[in-house]
Amino acid sequence: MSRSLKKGPFIAYKLERKVLAQNEAGKKSVIKTWARASVISPDFVGHTIAVHNGNKFIPVYVTENMVGHKLGEFAPTRTFRGHGGNKR
Amino acid sequence: MARIVGVDIPDNKRGEVALTYVYGIGRSRARYILEQAGVSVDQKVAEWDDDQFAAIRKVISESFKVEGELRSENQLNIKRLMDIGCYRGIRHRIGLPVRGQSTKNNARTRKGKKKTVANKKKATK
Repeated sequence: MSRSLKKGPFIAYKLERKVLAQNEAGKKSVIKTWARASVISPDFVGHTIAVHNGNKFIPVYVTENMVGHKLGEFAPTRTFRGHGGNKR
Repeated sequence: MARIVGVDIPDNKRGEVALTYVYGIGRSRARYILEQAGVSVDQKVAEWDDDQFAAIRKVISESFKVEGELRSENQLNIKRLMDIGCYRGIRHRIGLPVRGQSTKNNARTRKGKKKTVANKKKATK
C-alpha cells in the first residue's frame, strides 16, 4: 500500500535540517546518514550525501533526476561477485 | 486489412479485439475508443466505413500515446533509472527482476534462457 498523501513524503527530519542549514550557509560538505528510507527532496540537489549501506558510507551526489527516489536506492547493500568458476 | 496509427494492421476480427494489435491499446482502451468514436463493439473491422475509421483514429491520437511514441517513452523512463544509478536502474542494467522478485529459481523472463553450468554439484545430504 502506498503512503498516505496527507503525510507527504517521508524526509528524515535531522537530515533535512542539516541540508537546509548548509543551503543557508552556502557551503557543501558530505553529510553522513543512515536514513536510507528518506525521500530525496528538491532541497538536496547538488549535495553529496554519504548513505550507509550497512557496512560503509556510499557517497551519493544528488542530481535533479533523483528527486522523489529514496536515498537507499543509491547505496546497494549487496555485492554479487559472480558464481563459482573453477579457479578461485 | 486496415491501417491504424502507422504500421498496425488489424484484420477480420471484432473492433474491440482488433484494436489491441496496436501497442498501447488493450481491451479496455479498445472498448473506450470504440465507445467514444460511436462504433459498435461487435462490428468487425471489415464492416467499418471511412467515417468510422476517421473517428477512431481521431480518438486514439487525441487521448493515447501508442506505438513508437509510447515505446520511446518507456525506454526513456528505463534509461533515466539506469543513468541515476538507483537500485532499479542497476537491476535493469544487469537484466534481473526489478521489483524484488526472488531470483533463486525462475525469473526466467528477465534472465533469459537457462545457462547450464557444467559440473554443477547436486546438493549433498
